[in-house]
Amino acid sequence: MKVALFIPCYIDQFYPDVGLATLQVLESVGVQVDFPEQQTCCGQPMANSGCMSEARPLAEKFIDTFAGYDYVVSPSGSCVSMVRNHYDHLVSASDRQATLVRRQTLELGEFVVQVLGIRSLSGVFPHQVGLHQSCHGLRELRLGPCSESMTARESLLQLLLGSFTGISFSQLQRKDECCGFGGTFAVGEEAVSAMMGEDRINDHLQAGTEVLTAGDMSCLMHLDGIIRRRALPIRVLHYAQIMAQAMQQAPDARQKRTANTGQH
Amino acid sequence: MGHPALAADFTADRERARWHDRALWFVREKRDRMATGVPEWEKLRETASAIKRHTQSLMSDYLQQFEENATRHGAVVHWAADAAEHNRIVLSILQHHRVQRLVKSKSMLTEECHLNPFLEQHGISVIDTDLGERIVQLREEPPSHIVLPAIHIKKEEVGECFHEHLGTEKGASDPKYLTEAARGHLRSCFCEADAGLTGVNFAIAETGGIVICTNEGNADLGIGMPKIHIACMGMEKLLPRAADLSVFLRLLARSATGQPITTYSSHFHGPQQGGELHIVIVDNGRSEILQSEFRQALDCIRCGACMNTCPVYRRSGGHSYESTVPGPIGSILTPLQSPAENSTLPFACSLCGSCTDVCPVKIPLHHQLFAMRERLDQQQLIGTGKKLQMKALSVVLSNTWLYSLVGNMARLALRVLPKFLTQNPLTPAGQWARQRELPEAPRKSFRQLYAERQQKYKNNSPDSQT
Repeated sequence: MKVALFIPCYIDQFYPDVGLATLQVLESVGVQVDFPEQQTCCGQPMANSGCMSEARPLAEKFIDTFAGYDYVVSPSGSCVSMVRNHYDHLVSASDRQATLVRRQTLELGEFVVQVLGIRSLSGVFPHQVGLHQSCHGLRELRLGPCSESMTARESLLQLLLGSFTGISFSQLQRKDECCGFGGTFAVGEEAVSAMMGEDRINDHLQAGTEVLTAGDMSCLMHLDGIIRRRALPIRVLHYAQIMAQAMQQAPDARQKRTANTGQH
Repeated sequence: MGHPALAADFTADRERARWHDRALWFVREKRDRMATGVPEWEKLRETASAIKRHTQSLMSDYLQQFEENATRHGAVVHWAADAAEHNRIVLSILQHHRVQRLVKSKSMLTEECHLNPFLEQHGISVIDTDLGERIVQLREEPPSHIVLPAIHIKKEEVGECFHEHLGTEKGASDPKYLTEAARGHLRSCFCEADAGLTGVNFAIAETGGIVICTNEGNADLGIGMPKIHIACMGMEKLLPRAADLSVFLRLLARSATGQPITTYSSHFHGPQQGGELHIVIVDNGRSEILQSEFRQALDCIRCGACMNTCPVYRRSGGHSYESTVPGPIGSILTPLQSPAENSTLPFACSLCGSCTDVCPVKIPLHHQLFAMRERLDQQQLIGTGKKLQMKALSVVLSNTWLYSLVGNMARLALRVLPKFLTQNPLTPAGQWARQRELPEAPRKSFRQLYAERQQKYKNNSPDSQT
């Protein structure tokens, strides 16, 4: 199985630890991954601004970079959704290679649970965790149940994190409201964006969150910016970082696969 | 002024913005409880969407069938190509009957056509009889929500408004007392009216009947006394069969206000005895939308669920959209009609996708908002500043070497330069930093750390030691 790691541009530049944690998690469940160095960005900032002709070279670069791999794994639901769901106008539907790369580009949790069939990990994380459900992972990749939708779904992040010893989860008043990051929205609609972030953080404060986590570092970058500005007592970690930290505490460093049902 | 500036004004009063957010979130939660109670909820949405798709593909056939059947019942069907023609038709009916006082139940279409000021210019008094609409009419402002027109107004402010206009006690804000006062006031309006105008929720091609849903019964009262009933509808209100109502009536009130059904769902087949029923069917740009990639926006049944769930709408208020239909669906429909004046609306959205999942007829709202941004770019309406930024970003990101160089320089700059340079308020970074810290810039990027790690493995591997 040839697996490539896609580290979104802003994680590469600002959150290298999240990239390393992702690598560490994948290696500790026995997957060897490549990091193709020509990768940059999926094109989402341009596409979300309506600038499709500026996004197109990046979509083409993405397909070129990752062609030939069985899977492309990334610690970002939003960028994965960009590739899987929003490349329709950017790459040709008749391009078989592009279709294959798009289909096989997976969010970290999807890959671990649905491809590797791992439903629990051993590790220790004795903290109260507030799970922020990043919108694109939730409503575009369906990584968990959405409060608007009456279709039952399993939360992949909660499944993986919930298997660690000592972890508990915050009970939020609004369990999947948007944090207000929204890419260029964070700047273009700065006032509403900041208020949305504030409201999410207040929900976590009332619920007693010690560690705020999510599947998308972009949401966390925005929330952490508010937390640091106000010096609030909440620590922010991507869920790959929680997994990496927790698994280091495990008695057996090399994780056993506890299920093998996942055929993607 | 544009949405961002108006939204900034609204959020500046945090207390009020939070109160507005909570009021609408309360409605959203009621909707969730109602939807949970219907095991086949998702199937109902799917069915509604399929019925709409079918109807729109045969729109002209069904419109003609409706006209035929409605006429058979004795209604007069009028066709209006645009808002101006709609207003002229309504005025000519009213003038023909020498109507001086018109009572009107809620109709977003007449808001879209700006009918009230038009009729008032021609000396006809118009009274909106929906309680919320009456409140905003007395305050001389537009509705801020299509189902809850006065959701932005507090009960104390309603008290002041009623004290001034209806003579209620000064300082009174008890909702029951104020509602009773409005009831008394509206009763006399109903009795004095010469004609009644209503909207239409559904028009049934098979029967030629129309269905009007209200919670206050004001549509029924408004056309019970006068002999003239004018019903105005956008052509997309059409359904093929009466049986289709069983799908839409179940979805409408649950999605709108979290009620199992509206208090009144009134069916009209032809005029009352000795009276007249005029049905005005309006296009006003709808045919064009029907032929575009945004055709699903015409499926909208005006329940307002996308507004109640929208985290931006809840915090920025309906007036920040400066549009008859605000919120997610309005941010599609309004720029379709006049893109240049409404180019900020499709960007008043974090693309969270909540609207798409609550929409009872499954309009892919956030995908359409995404597509609308592309259309605005093609129309050169996204702003030159933003376009240039995106062009530059695209060039940098397309070249790995350049990307790494710029990334390293930007991180260095963030670490060593003073804040007044890195957080200049005129730059995106400065906008970001108004209420948030910028991310801390690490010394090395992931790719640098990864390369070092690979080098270390290579040095330690058995191959390199032989």
